Amino acid sequence: MSATSDPVNGAPAGTTIAERGLLRMVTCGSVDDGKSTLIGRLLYDSKQVLADQLAHIEETSERRGDGYVNLALLTDGLRAEREQGITIDVAYRSFVTPRRRFLLADAPGHIQYTRNMVTGASTADVAIVLVDARHGVIEQTRRHSAIAAILGTPHVVVAVNKMDLVEFSQARFEEISRDLEALAARLGIKDQVVVPIAALHGDNVVDRSDKMPWYTGPVLLEHLESVEVDGDHAAGARRFPVQWVIRPMSDEFHDYRGFAGQIAGGVWSPGDEVVVLPSGKRTTVASIDTLDGALASAHFPQSVTMRLADNVDVARGDMLADPAAPPLVARELEATICWMSERPVQPGARLAIKHTTRWARAILEEIVSVTDMDSLAEGPSTSELQLNDIARVRLRLSEPLLVDPYAESRATGAFILTDEATNDTVAAGMIIRASA
Amino acid sequence: MTHLSHLDELEAEAIHILREVAAERERPVLLFSGGKDSIVLLRLAEKAFRPGRFPFPVMHVDTGHNFPEVTEYRDRRVKEIGERLIVASVQESIDKGRVVEQTGPRASRNQLQTTTLLDAIIEHQFDAAIGGARRDEERARAKERIFSFRDDFGQWNPRAQRPELWNLYNAKIRKGEQIRVFPISNWTELDVWQYIHQESIELPSIYFAHQREVFKRDGMLYAASDVVERFPDEIPFEATVRFRTVGDMSCTGGVLSTASTLESVVSEIAATRISERGETRADDRASEAAMEDRKRVGYF
Repeated sequence: MSATSDPVNGAPAGTTIAERGLLRMVTCGSVDDGKSTLIGRLLYDSKQVLADQLAHIEETSERRGDGYVNLALLTDGLRAEREQGITIDVAYRSFVTPRRRFLLADAPGHIQYTRNMVTGASTADVAIVLVDARHGVIEQTRRHSAIAAILGTPHVVVAVNKMDLVEFSQARFEEISRDLEALAARLGIKDQVVVPIAALHGDNVVDRSDKMPWYTGPVLLEHLESVEVDGDHAAGARRFPVQWVIRPMSDEFHDYRGFAGQIAGGVWSPGDEVVVLPSGKRTTVASIDTLDGALASAHFPQSVTMRLADNVDVARGDMLADPAAPPLVARELEATICWMSERPVQPGARLAIKHTTRWARAILEEIVSVTDMDSLAEGPSTSELQLNDIARVRLRLSEPLLVDPYAESRATGAFILTDEATNDTVAAGMIIRASA
Repeated sequence: MTHLSHLDELEAEAIHILREVAAERERPVLLFSGGKDSIVLLRLAEKAFRPGRFPFPVMHVDTGHNFPEVTEYRDRRVKEIGERLIVASVQESIDKGRVVEQTGPRASRNQLQTTTLLDAIIEHQFDAAIGGARRDEERARAKERIFSFRDDFGQWNPRAQRPELWNLYNAKIRKGEQIRVFPISNWTELDVWQYIHQESIELPSIYFAHQREVFKRDGMLYAASDVVERFPDEIPFEATVRFRTVGDMSCTGGVLSTASTLESVVSEIAATRISERGETRADDRASEAAMEDRKRVGYF
C-alpha cells in the first residue's frame, strides 16, 4: 500500500500527539459523592463523548426519569451493575486533550473499595479524591487519602464537589481545605491540590466557573494537564529485572544473547557497570537494543533488550543493577500488605509471591500490626487478616528476592501474593525493609 | 532524560505484557485477524522478541466470510515476518456439525466463531490466547483485566476477576483453564491509528477509501458479496467507502469516505463523532449488553 510509505507533509489534526504524554490516574468514591458524574463531565466537556454514546445515555436518562442528561451513565459498565445501580469493578477509561493523554482507573466505593482503590492506585501518578462540600472531610475521605499515601501515589487532587449545594461559599471551601491540609501533612502526602467544583453543572471541571470568582487556582482539567510526573521516575538507582532471554541461534544472529525487560529504575547507557543478581557476577552493558535500533540511553518505563560485554549466566527473574547501589538480596521482608481475598489468612500461611519477574514462596511469619482505617493509626495485631485489611507483616521467603523499599522504588518495592491452591491474587504488598 | 510520548509508554507496556505471557505460560497463541488491532499486536510482538522468533504461533479464526483483501494480507504478512500461521476454520466446524449455520439475509457467522476458537484452543492445547481487544471499544471491556481469566468452559466471570496490581501479572492457572491476554487494553482507536502512522505499518486496502458495490441496511453500508444474502429491496450500488473495523462481511459496515491515505484516515478518525462499534459493527447493536453476553460464553 503506497499510502503507508508516503512521507508526511505537515501534520493533520488527528496526527498531532498530545504533548505531555500519558497520565495515569485513579478516582475513588461512593455512589453519592458524584464520582460518576465528575468522570462523565470530564469526558463530556473535553468532547470525548461521541454522538451514539450520547444518544444512548439521553434515551436511558429519559427512560429512568432522571429529568436531565445523566452523565453518570457514561461510566455504567456491566448489565448487572445497571440493574442493581452499583459498580462491581475497577473500570479503565481513556481520554485525550491536545495537551495530554489520560488513563483513568475508576474504582467503585462500595464495600470492596479498599481492594479496588489499591488496584487502581498501584499504577496511578495522580489520585483524585472526592469530597462532598456539605459533609467535608469524613471517614471515607481519610480512607481514600490514606490509600493514596500507602500506595505512594505521588500526587493527590481533592475535588470538593457539590459546591452548588453550599451556595458556592468561599468560607466553606477554605474550612474544608484547612482540614485537608492537616490530613495530607499527617499522611505524608507531599503534593495535594484542592479544587472547588460542581460536577453536575460543570463548574471548574473543564471550564472555569463564574460562580466562584474567589477561586483563582487551576480548574480540575487544567491542573491534571499540567501535573509534572517525569521527575517521579527519573531518580533512583539502575534496576532491570530480566523478563525474557533472546537467543535466536539463527545463522544471522548465531551468538546473539539479549536480556529483555522493562527498565524499573535509573538511566541506562552502554558501558554502564552491571552486577547480575543474585549471582553477583560483574560485567558492563554492551548495547541497549530495540527493533528500531540501539539506544544511547534508556530509562523507566522503556522496554528494551540489554546485551552484556561478558558471557555471564543470566535468566528470567535475575536482576541487572548498578553495582554501586545494588538492591537488597532478601530472605525476609517486612511489608505493608492489603489483603484482597474473602478467605481470611492466619500466620503460618504459605503463599506464592511475585516480585518483578521472579516468583518464590512465602510464609506469613507474623501479623505485626493492623492499620485502623478510621484513625489511620497502627493498631494491635490480630489473629487473622480479613478482606480489605491493611497490615504490617513479616514474610519469610523460600529463595532470595532482589528488593528495594517501596518508598524508594515502586517497581522494585512492590509484590503480589497468590494462593497456591486457587491461584487467585490475594494481596498487594509494599516492602518497608528487608533482611538476608 | 528524554520525555516519552504516550504512544511510547503504551508500546513499552504492551511489550512487557507480551514477554510476561510468553514467559509465564507454556502454550500461548497470538490471535490475528488481519484487522488493524491485531496488525499492531503483530508489530508489538516483533518489538518484544526480535531478533528471536515469536515464542508462539499466530492463529486466525477464519469464518470464510472475510474480505478477500484481508485474507490475502493475512497470508502475506505472516509469511513476511516468517512466523507460523494456524487457520481455525468456521466452515470446518459447520461441516463437522459442531455448529449450525444461520440462514437468510441476516445470517452471520460471527457467533459461530466462539465454538471454533474454543475447539482450536483445546486441539492445540493453548493455555493463553493473546488478542487485540481494547478497553475503549465497549463498556464491558472497560472492566476487563489485561490478563483475563477464563474457566474451563472459556467463560468470563466479571464478578470474580483477579485484582491486577502494578505491572505484576498473575498468569497462573490450573489445567483446563485458560487466560486471554490483551496487551493493547489501554489503547484507544486513535492511539492505534496514530501508532500505525508512526510506525508506517502497511494495512489491508479496505481501510482506505475505494470504489465498491455496497447496499444499505439499518443505516449502514455493507459490501455486496456472495456471502451475504440481500432482501429484495436492498439494491447494490457503487460508492466510495472505507472500513473502520474489519470483521465478517456479514457484520461489518463501511463508511462513505474519500480518505485514501493514512494521514487522511487518521484525521477523519480524530474528528469523528460516532464510536467505532456504533458506526460499523452490527454484532454490538443486537442488544445493549450484547458484548457482555458473548464474552460470558467465551467470545474473544
